[in-house]
Parts: sequence; C-alpha cells; structure tokens
Amino acid sequence: MELDIVELSRLQFAMTAMYHFLFVPLTLGLSVLVAIMETVYVMTNRPIWRQMTKFWGTLFGINFVLGVATGITMEFQFGMNWSYYSHYVGDIFGAPLAFEGLMAFFLEATFVGLFFFGWDKLSKVAHLVVAWLVAIGSNISALWILIANGWMQNPVGAEFNPMSMRMEMTSFFDVMFNEVAQAKFVHTVSAGYVTAAFFVLGVSAWYLLKGRHIELARRSIAVAASFGLASALSVVVLGDESGYSVTHSQKMKLAAIEAMWETEPAPASFTAIGIPDSEARETKYAIHIPYAMGLIGTRSLNHEIPGIKELVEQAEQRIRSGLVAYDALVEIRKDLKNIDPVEKARFEEHSGDLGFAFLLKRYVEDPRQATEAQILQAANDTVPQVGPLFWAFRIMVGLGFLFILTMAYFFYKASIKRMQFPRWALWGAVFLIPTPWIAAEMGWFVAEYGRQPWTVDGVLPTAMSVSHLSVGEVAFTLAGFVLFYSVLFVIEMGLMIKYIKKGPYMDTAESEQWFEQRGRIAAQPAE
Amino acid sequence: MILHELIDFEILRLLWWLLLGVLLIGFAMTDGFDMGVGALLPFVAKTDTERRVVINTIGPVWEGNQVWFILGGGAIFAAWPPLYAVSFSGFYLAMFVILAALILRPVGFKYRSKRDSARWRETWDWCLFIGGFVPALIFGVAVGNVLQGVPFHLTEILLPVYEGSFFGLLNPFALVCGLASVAMLVMHGSAWLALKTEGVIAERSKVFGTYASVAVIALYALAGLWMALGVTGFSFAEAPVVDGPSNPLLSEVLHEGTWMVAYSERPWIVIAPILGFLGPLGVLYGIRAGREGLTFLASKTAILGMISSVGLTMFPFILPSTTDPRSSLTVWDASSSHLTLFVMFTTTLVFFPLVLAYTAWVYKVLWGKVTEKDVLEQSDSVY
Ligand code: HDD
Ligand code: HEM
Ligand code: HEM
Repeated sequence: MELDIVELSRLQFAMTAMYHFLFVPLTLGLSVLVAIMETVYVMTNRPIWRQMTKFWGTLFGINFVLGVATGITMEFQFGMNWSYYSHYVGDIFGAPLAFEGLMAFFLEATFVGLFFFGWDKLSKVAHLVVAWLVAIGSNISALWILIANGWMQNPVGAEFNPMSMRMEMTSFFDVMFNEVAQAKFVHTVSAGYVTAAFFVLGVSAWYLLKGRHIELARRSIAVAASFGLASALSVVVLGDESGYSVTHSQKMKLAAIEAMWETEPAPASFTAIGIPDSEARETKYAIHIPYAMGLIGTRSLNHEIPGIKELVEQAEQRIRSGLVAYDALVEIRKDLKNIDPVEKARFEEHSGDLGFAFLLKRYVEDPRQATEAQILQAANDTVPQVGPLFWAFRIMVGLGFLFILTMAYFFYKASIKRMQFPRWALWGAVFLIPTPWIAAEMGWFVAEYGRQPWTVDGVLPTAMSVSHLSVGEVAFTLAGFVLFYSVLFVIEMGLMIKYIKKGPYMDTAESEQWFEQRGRIAAQPAE
Repeated sequence: MILHELIDFEILRLLWWLLLGVLLIGFAMTDGFDMGVGALLPFVAKTDTERRVVINTIGPVWEGNQVWFILGGGAIFAAWPPLYAVSFSGFYLAMFVILAALILRPVGFKYRSKRDSARWRETWDWCLFIGGFVPALIFGVAVGNVLQGVPFHLTEILLPVYEGSFFGLLNPFALVCGLASVAMLVMHGSAWLALKTEGVIAERSKVFGTYASVAVIALYALAGLWMALGVTGFSFAEAPVVDGPSNPLLSEVLHEGTWMVAYSERPWIVIAPILGFLGPLGVLYGIRAGREGLTFLASKTAILGMISSVGLTMFPFILPSTTDPRSSLTVWDASSSHLTLFVMFTTTLVFFPLVLAYTAWVYKVLWGKVTEKDVLEQSDSVY
C-alpha cells in the first residue's frame, strides 16, 4: 500500500492522540480520587489516609508527566501537520484551545508542583485545597478540549467568509454550549473516573493477594468501589446521551456504528451482533433487538433513523448544491474588492454545502469539472468503514456493562460483606486493570474514525486539511514519535511497577503516635 | 452580537499583538530560567546531591512555567491562525526537534531520581541539558529567520507552502541570533541559581553568569549591527487597511530597505535595545555586588528589552515572506475575526490576572534557598 501525506498525517495524529489518551484518563480520575482521600485525611486526621494520599499521589505523578509531555505534541501538531485545517477553522477552534491553557493548564500545572513539594510548607487545609485545584484543573482541561473536538463533530456557531477564505465564528455561545461537546465531556470524564477506579481497585487487590499493606488496600478498595460504581453507571448512562447527540448531528456515523444499510421504519431495531459486509452493503447473521435503536437514537417510537444508502443519496444532493456554492465562490474571488451581489446571493444560498464540493478535490483540481462518476464516487466516500466501527462500538459497550457488574460486586463485598473477597475476585480485579483503557481507546476510535472523511463534519474533508509537506518529512517524524514514545512507555511502565512493588512509604512512628493518642497501641500490622 | 464592536477591530489586533509579546516575554522570563538551569546542570553541579539541589530549585515550578509556552501556542492558534499554520508547518523538522527536546524535560525532572543507578541519573542529566539547550538555540534561530523573512507563499486558497529547507534555517545570521538566545537564557538560569542556591553551586553559577552576560552583550550587539547593515527589511507598498478581512494577499508588500527605518518613524522604541544592553550590565554589577535579587531582576530586564526590540522593530510585520512578499503576515491581515479576538480578550482580562495572582502566591510559598540538607532530608518527596 502506497501511503500518501494524508494517510501518514492521519496515522501520526491517531498515534500521538491515542498515546496521549493512555495517560489522560488516569490523570482525570486519579486526581479526583487522591483529593477525596486527602479530604478524608483532613476530616479524620488519621495518618493512614495521609499515607494513601501520598502513595496514590506518587503513582499519579508518574503518570501525569507523560500526559503533560505528550500533550505538548498535541498542542503544536495542528499547525505542523494540519496547516490548512488550522487556517480554515482556527478562528473557531483555536479559542477553546487557548482557554484550556489559560483556565486549566495554568491552574493544574502551577498547583501540582505545590502538591508534591508543599507538604511541609502548607497547612493541612491549604494543601487539601491545592489537591482539589489540581483535580479541578485537569477536569476543566477536558471540558475545553472536548468543546474544541465537539465543534469538529458538530460545527455550530460559525460561517464561511469568502474574503478570508475560512470559517469564522458567529456565536461563541453556540460553540461553548454545543450539545455534542457537553455530551462528550460528561461521557469522557466519567470514563476517566472508571479508569482510575479500576486502577486503584486492581493494585489494591494485588496487595491483598500478596498479604501486604492490608490497611491501605482495604480502604482504597472501599473508595474505589463506591467511586467506580457511580462512574461506571454514569459512563453508560451518559454514553447513551452521546449516542443521542450523534443521532442529531452525525447520522452517517450512527448508521455506520449500527451497520444500518437501509432506512428502517420507526421504531428501528438494534443490531446486537452480526457481520457487516461493506461490499454487498448488508449485515450477515444479524441478531436484532426490536425497537431498541429507535429508543436509544431518538427516544421515541415514531422517528425514522435514516440508513446508509439513503444518506449517500442525500450526500449526492449536497455535492451538487455545493458545486453551485463553489462556482459562485470562484466568481466572487475574482475581484474581492467589488463583489457582484448576484453571485454573493447565489453563494449564500448554497454555502452550507460548500464542504461537499471539496470532497471532489481528491479526484479533480477544479470540482466543477467533475464527471458524474466522480460525483457518485465522492458521495460514496462519505460512508466510513463500517466493520471496524461496528466492532469497536460493541467492545466499548460490552465493557461498559462489565464495569458496572464488577464495581457493583466489589461495592457489595466491601460495604455489606465487610471486605471478605474471594481470591478469584481479587485476581479478576488485577486482570481487569487494562480494560477501561481499551474501552476508552475504542470510544475515541468510534468518534474519530466514524467522522471520516471529514475533519470538520460537512465542512472540511480530511484530504484537504493537511499541510504542504513531503512524504519523507512526515514519515520521518512519524517514525521518530513511534520510537521515542515506545521508549518512554517502557520507562514509565517500569517505574509504575517498581513503585507499586515498593508500596507506600509508611511512617510507622506517625501511626503509632496516633494510635497511642487513641489508646490502641500497635493495632496496625507491621510492614 | 453587536457587543464585540465595543472595541474596534484595529485596536483588538493591536492588543493581541501586545499580548503575544507578553506571552513570549513571560515564557522567556519563567520557563527561560528552567531552560537555562537545564543547560547549566552538568556544569554547575558535579555530585549527585548537587545536581538534585539544582533540579529542585525549579522542581515545583517548571510545570507552571511551561504552560507559558503551551498557552503561547494556543494563543497564536486562536488569535493569529495564519501564523500558527505557516510557521509550524514551515519550520516542520525544527518543530519536531523542539518537541522531542521539550518532551525529555518533564520526564527527566520526574523520573531522574526515581532510580538509584548512577548511569540512569547521568543519562537523564544529559536529557535535561538537551531539553534546555536545544529549544533555547532553535527559538533564537527562528527569530533570526523571521527577521530575514522566510521563503513561503500562500496559494490562491491560502494554503501555506514553505519553499526553504531545514538546513536553510541554519544560516549565519540566524545562528548568531540562536547563540544570543542561548546566552540570554543561560544568563537567566545562572541568575536564578545564584538566588536559589548557596555555597559551591552559587559560586559556579556566578562565574557562568558573568561569562554569559558578557556573551549576551557581544552577541546582541553583533546581531543588531548585522541586522542594521546586512538584513533587508519589509514595508507596505501603500498604507494598509487596518480593519479589513484577514487575507494577507489583499495588500502589496515591498522587500527593500532596512528594518532600521522603524527607529526614525517611532524613535521611542529605542528604549527596547537600551534595556537589552542595560540588563546584562546589571547582571554583571549584581553578581559582583553580591545582590542576587537585583541580578535576577536585571536578567529579566534583559529579556524584556531583547525580545521587545525584535517585535517593535518589525511592527506591523509578524512573519514576512522573501519569495512572495505579498504573502507576508502582518498585524493587520493575519488575525482572527473581530468576534473571536473580542471574546478572547475579555476572557483574558478576567483570567490572566488570576493566573498571575496564584502564580505569585506559589512562588511566595516556595521562597528561600534550596540546600543539600533539604534534598537529603526529604529524599522521598523531592526530585
Ligand atoms: C480537538 C480536536 C481533537 C481531539 C480532542 C482529539 N482528536 Fe482525534 N483527531 C483530530 C482531532 C482531535 C483531528 C485533527 O481532526 C484528526 C486528524 C485527522 C482527522 O480526520 O481528524 C483526528 C484523528 C484521530 C484518529 C484517526 C482517525 C482517522 O484518521 O481515521 C484517531 C484514532 C484519533 N484522532 C484518536 C483520538 C484520541 C485517542 C483522542 C483523545 C485524546 C483524540 N483523538 C482527541
Ligand atoms: C487534540 C487535542 C489535545 C490537545 C491539543 C491537548 C493538549 C495538551 C497539552 C499541551 C497538555 C500539557 C499541559 C501541561 O503542560 O500542563 C495536555 C495534558 C493533558 N490533557 Fe490533553 N490535549 C488534547 C486532548 C485531550 C483530551 C481529549 C483530554 C481529555 C478528555 C485531555 C486532557 C488532558 C489532561 C487531563 C492532561 C494532564 C495534564 C494537564 O492538564 O496539565 N487532552 N494536553
Ligand atoms: C453502554 C455503554 C456505552 C455507550 C452506549 C457509549 C456510547 C458512546 C458513543 C455513541 C460514542 C461516540 C460519540 C461521538 O461519536 O461523538 C462514545 C465515545 C466514547 N466512549 Fe463510550 N459508550 C459506552 C461505554 C463506554 C465506556 C465503558 C468507556 C470507557 C471507560 C467509554 C469511553 C468513550 C470515550 C473515551 C469516547 C470518545 C469521546 C466521546 O466521543 O465522547 N464509553 N461512546
């Protein structure tokens, strides 16, 4: 397979983004869990909670720096590899990115240093405030970046300006309160909480299996199970919210996730499982659940959900309309200082479909010269690859239900059964540690791969978004990132494991002093 | 929305040009000493404990400082999208090198002291050196290229096309600027270490600080002279439209004469190079007089003067083009829309003072020298 600039750039972006998102969910969740533990410490004054805060804080720190390090790449990649995209939508897309720096990164990064270095320099309460500011900062960071990403999925509050040949913002309010962005935020943040809960649960289960750090492990499990149950429930409920918002904004993505080739009369059924075949445009061996899709997608029993074939026909209409806009735009741009009002009106009538004309740029330099066959081809291009989306979505959803069951079980055992866990369950918790990462990466894959062939849905095709670079340059940086990131990953995992094995730093003198005050000397198992 | 018309487009563009300067200068003043300290690390500190002292002087603050750089990227994207698109895709490989160097830094700080092995620590020390030295050099080289103009053009649909090569960036004038930038940040790093450490490290830092400030004076003077005599400037062919659409191709630009005309048009800007020279002189004085606070302040003054002298000389040009001067990006035709600039400005007005306030508070909490005793006693929680 011959790789071109577009594919290499996509590969590089996907690689660096998915890598960044290995560290992000744990940062999002663990910062909150650590702050919760420190809150308990400040309220009860029991040293064990301080030790827990410090121990999980250390692991948080090892993970956190790689989130920061890989985030730097993300911030500059749009300009490096997607310079036409940056020019074309920077007016809208840049603002949330800048706000993320201003409101979130500064907050989090300024206080995270104090979190680690400030134990002896701050009062207890001040240190607790610092811990919460770190957690709040990381969560605000997710909010802004998802507003930026949500806009690409559902580009509201902007219109094309022929003078500057780009999209410009018409309402910041619409961009900020984009329903897709809001749905994404709650879903993604809960996914981060689930990830951290499984991490804490799994590591603690391993301590119990090894008979080490029992006090710390039990308390950690109690926190992780309650926090995890709440977040696992919310990730699924809010995942449904994501599905609902996709129904409005990205019908093609939804149809692809569902492998829904034909429009079904309402209420549509949900294909639980099957084998989608893109060539024949049908799903083999499908098992349907009646009504379910209609309920999930439209929350009603009487709205139709369009299938892929119908959406391709709609895309073809929009391409034809886009060609009118394109033609008018060419006329307008011949003399920007004296714009012909007739052409301007013609452009404005069709400008919403301009992006569809750009789809033809893959085949002809001037879309107006496209043949009928090319138009049909471009309309077909609007269908993303169905198979991978279908399966990725089902893996995420399946894991989501597994998470609820697991957390419910541990919550039950921890609260009602007084912490009596069978060994198989503890081993299960250890082996489940990687699964939330799998679910989250699948989720991003569905969201981003399902958006193809667009970078900004209906506005700018991916093929047009790239920089003017040579294949050699992009191949070089891609190889560089792969190599560099792999080395860092090995180092990170090594340190994580080392520090998990080492366990918490127990200040026994401190504990004894506390127990002495309570008159219960040395109730603590020796470490 | 009419609200945004409360502030003229022209004024907003000017304000965002100023804010861009504030961000760059803020970045160089804060993250700058981190980079300087990184570049000095293998030389001012010999034993492991000494190196840990040096690293821990910036341990709690480098993260926050680095956000100046990230916010700089975000703000350029949001306020000057064409600049973001042209410069980062044009300087593609140079950007990759910067990113690689900057990624080494966070990891180096955090992971270095997490294993006892001497080889492990030695390796990270050199990574931290690269993380300080390489970006400092490339940023300066980039400024040198911007002053000379960059070979790029914008196509009919405003796609940026870079026509130079990576090695073309490494021309003599740009290298002088690069070295000036390294000297400036090394000076800044020494001033910081003199303030935050004691004993042998502080003594060595003062020696490096002395050399660096002499180098700053020499290189800055050389670059200035070279620019005045050997670098062709840019100007508008006719008075530009200051509140028109952001499309660089709508105006004609000349590539002739010298940048020095700025000093006859706006004589007051001479204050910038004056500060650029007074700063390093102040550092020399401060070191000799043993006044570390003053030294650090003087070093900041040098940064303020040097960076603003570049911006003020080039105004209103931001990124001129040599191969197609018409494509040059300027304050008047490379910004975001009126509404976006307004929304960003009002938000910045609220949040920026907040950032400055809590950053100042954090520095206050961390006030005081870092000693070998501190590092050994808190071996488990510091870097
Ligand atoms: C703010 C914007 C934004 C955000 C928050 C993300 N992405 Fe994204 N993603 C893009 C903006 C984007 C993009 C620049 O628009 C890409 C590059 C090419 C494309 O079409 O979209 C993209 C492509 C892209 C692809 C490749 C799809 C393809 O080309 O077939 C994957 C797998 C991901 N991303 C994964 C992620 C992950 C794991 C993220 C979580 C950190 C993530 N994205 C966040
Ligand atoms: C493509 C889009 C993205 C860009 C440009 C980006 C950029 C960055 C940058 C520059 C950092 C380092 C900040 C620092 O130095 O403190 C960072 C860290 C982080 N990012 Fe991302 N990121 C992206 C995607 C995401 C997503 C999708 C999320 C969450 C849903 C996220 C959440 C975080 C978090 C929690 C951190 C931890 C460090 C911190 O906030 O300081 N990022 N990101
Ligand atoms: C029944 C359970 C779930 C449903 C119905 C669901 C639904 C969805 C949908 C429809 C999307 C695509 C949104 C878009 O394209 O814009 C999505 C994305 C995503 N999902 Fe899920 N999901 C579920 C469970 C999970 C779980 C368990 C995790 C991780 C722990 C997860 C993590 C993600 C992430 C990180 C994304 C990408 C960000 C986003 O688009 O919101 N999801 N999910």
